[in-house]
Amino acid sequence: MTRSAVPRRRSLHPVAWWVWAAGLAICAMRTNNPFLLALIGVVACVVVSARRSSAPWSRSITFFLRVGVLVIVIRIAIEILFGQRGVPGHVLFTLPEVPLPSWAAAVSIGGPVTLESILDAFVLGLQLAVILLCFGAANSLASPYRLLRSLPAVLYETGVAVTVALSFAPELVQSIGIVRQARRQRGIATTGLRGMRGVAVPVLESALDRSLQLATSMDARGYGRRVSVGSTSRRLASSATIGGLLLMAVGIYGVIDGGSLLGLGLPIIAVAAVLCGLGLAVGGRRTARSRYRPDPWRQPEWMVAGSGLVALVTMSVAHALDVPGLIVSFSPLAFPTVPLLPVVGILLALVPAIAAPNPNLVAGSAPDGGTEAGEPGAVTPRRYRDPVDADLTGVPT
Amino acid sequence: MITFDHVTFTYTDAERPTLQHVDLHIPEGELCVVVGETGTGKSTLLRAINGLVPHFSGGTLAGTVTVDGRTTKENRPRDLADVVGFVGQNPLASFVTETVEDELAYTMENLGVPPDAMRRRVEDAVDLLGLQDLRNRSLRALSGGQQQRVAIGAVLTASPRLLVLDEPTSALDPAAAEEVLSALARLVHDLGLTVVMAEHRLERVVPFADRIILVPGGGASLVTGAPEAIMQTSSVAPPLVELGRLVGWDPLPLSVRDARRMSAPLRERLAPMTPPQRPAPLTPTADRAPAASVQNLMVSYGPVVALDGVDLTIMPGEVLALMGRNGSGKSTLLNTLSGVRRPTRGAVMVEGRNPQSFRAADLVRHVGLVPQDPGLLLYGESVGAECDTADKTSALPVGTTWRTLDRVLPGMPTDRHPRDLSEGQRLALALAIVVAPSPALLLLDEPTRGLDYPSKDRLVHVLRALAQDGHAIVLATHDVELAARVADRAVVLADGQVITDGPARQVVCHSPIFAPQVAKVLAPEEWLTVDEVRQALGEVVPV
Repeated sequence: MTRSAVPRRRSLHPVAWWVWAAGLAICAMRTNNPFLLALIGVVACVVVSARRSSAPWSRSITFFLRVGVLVIVIRIAIEILFGQRGVPGHVLFTLPEVPLPSWAAAVSIGGPVTLESILDAFVLGLQLAVILLCFGAANSLASPYRLLRSLPAVLYETGVAVTVALSFAPELVQSIGIVRQARRQRGIATTGLRGMRGVAVPVLESALDRSLQLATSMDARGYGRRVSVGSTSRRLASSATIGGLLLMAVGIYGVIDGGSLLGLGLPIIAVAAVLCGLGLAVGGRRTARSRYRPDPWRQPEWMVAGSGLVALVTMSVAHALDVPGLIVSFSPLAFPTVPLLPVVGILLALVPAIAAPNPNLVAGSAPDGGTEAGEPGAVTPRRYRDPVDADLTGVPT
Repeated sequence: MITFDHVTFTYTDAERPTLQHVDLHIPEGELCVVVGETGTGKSTLLRAINGLVPHFSGGTLAGTVTVDGRTTKENRPRDLADVVGFVGQNPLASFVTETVEDELAYTMENLGVPPDAMRRRVEDAVDLLGLQDLRNRSLRALSGGQQQRVAIGAVLTASPRLLVLDEPTSALDPAAAEEVLSALARLVHDLGLTVVMAEHRLERVVPFADRIILVPGGGASLVTGAPEAIMQTSSVAPPLVELGRLVGWDPLPLSVRDARRMSAPLRERLAPMTPPQRPAPLTPTADRAPAASVQNLMVSYGPVVALDGVDLTIMPGEVLALMGRNGSGKSTLLNTLSGVRRPTRGAVMVEGRNPQSFRAADLVRHVGLVPQDPGLLLYGESVGAECDTADKTSALPVGTTWRTLDRVLPGMPTDRHPRDLSEGQRLALALAIVVAPSPALLLLDEPTRGLDYPSKDRLVHVLRALAQDGHAIVLATHDVELAARVADRAVVLADGQVITDGPARQVVCHSPIFAPQVAKVLAPEEWLTVDEVRQALGEVVPV
């Protein structure tokens, strides 16, 4: 085949990115040391900037960064307004106190604001922000469509529904723009309640139209063909899946909390994963689907997923060894120590920045989606079929 | 390959059946074109082939449809997916995945084709349809012709024995249509595939057809036969066939090449005559202000330049055809003229004012745009309600819109919901709403998509009448036959620039892509339409 001469753009298996990100996120859940948290955030950002593609979802990291900052600000603001009073510390300033009736004694508004309480609030906010950032990193690095493609066969139909929904939202926005234009052409206002109705009806009608056309096309192309299987295996599949999911919840709780379940968290997760896998495999027999060019799981995937897990394991080991500085307290006010072991673990999570293939380097394939698809004008309409989206983007017809 | 045995189909709540006692046999390896006026049941017939009718549409189907030995009664569309490849009217709405390659594999994944076979078949489809450069691209970033080819490829990979296509070229510019049709012809000739397609633009598809199925509508039975035979009497026919019928050519030519060979005597007879000249493009003078003008117009969407330094003056009473490839900037120019889009640079004037400065309610008196999908303008509960709303929002005397509509298309049902109208009726309604406030500048975006020949004839008359009343009309169109019949002036856009601007006759006759069939047959003389030839010949006996 002549095509094989051109290297195909290799994108890392999306699950590898998610495992890596989940490892970092769980690390962030298990410490409140601001330096460790900041380090986790920096590591996530460095890897994203090194290995993200030009696809539209790659920009989601900035969104998560903003939300993170917002979380910290809100957390501190809440602390200033409603924080706990009466704890000794360095008073920064005092807000006028609002007297509340006796039944609301648990809540206080205003009063002296201490440095310690603000630091505490900041660290709590930072923790949440870093966890969000880890998910943002996974979102930016892994194509949501490819992630859905790696769903087990039994969840395939749910996956298709989500794919369709994902592509549907931007179209809805576009078609609102088109309808508003068309209505302006008729000399009709597009604001106000009546205007909204006039816009909503055609938009929903065209949305409905599109769904019907899509459903027709999917059916005509063999979506939902089934193989009949016995009721025993169906029952086996559902009970194994549900049992596995329940165990998984227990196991994850054990890992995050650390103290409870006597360190049985990881083994329980392993059992749960086996059960879930069994359920999905048996359930998957009902569909006779095959998969086109599944994402391979090779060395880079092992390295990426492994680095996230190593970070998590070092964090757990540090906990087990009671390394000081994992959980810090700011009252009395003290500079937190930075434990070496978790720092090394977290730094190892930088490996993907080198080990993962660079999606932007490969010649011979245009970056998909991205700029062309998310067409800047937004009002350039699909049904009004003009523009720019096609031949002008420089690909010879 | 396909057998319809006494098939009668009635939609739920319909008064009479859409298909009545249809007996039809389509043998293997044929390219069949289903023709007929709108609303006669062409799409229903196509959808019955793979069982979408009635499994998906509802309604009652009597009789049996058998495809490759399987009946649609026992097999749902998904069970027939390995035999019948169905491509709907709007390829973009039928895409399930995100990128070209995934879309090509989608049907095979559903059928459970083994991975190595999938790989091979995707590569074959890529080669057959010329998709090499597109394989990793996002489906939404493709042009219309590319999308149509991907849609065909996506069903082709399942190696069906039969392809069913509903209007595969109606949204495409002439070059892209050519691209799709030659791909289809190749599949029929090289792979022995059976292809059944419905199409309004017969001038494009008839040369490729092995057999034509005429759906006369109104419960009359189908007429099936060789293209030459059907075209002798068909109520819908491309200009070439009309010319052949007029002159009495036998056998009837179906391609420009055949007609050209037979046309020597006709050309000789027409040589001393000159085609009727349409008035030369006017120029603005002190007492004749232009209806609209743009100067050094540039419009860009982010980094992409859609229009680049366009200068254009449009005079009252002028019909201007705006032509060019998909994505050449036609719709952007219309949107800018109508005040929807702000120019990045340059000036736009409609009756001496920037269209963006009009209030919404005043805008309708100066410029009106009929969008490509006229349904976008319609949201009322009925035709009558729609007309009343239009009167109210444009502050017109009660009944103005309705009277306009009656002039455009007499006998419209007042109580019908706009969504239940035929394409032609919907266009007429949208046109009436836009024209009623009597805008100086009337813009139409691709008005003939999905229109049959009678509706097109009516549109031509209406547009000519409006031009005579002094409206300036700009129509963006891929339909060269329409442009040839109605336009005084033609402007060709490419890459956002005006590359030709002149009298329609000269512009279209000198372009191999935009020339109508009659002009190709009678070149180098500049005859555009069958009507012109008919008038020139008078009522004289055939050559």
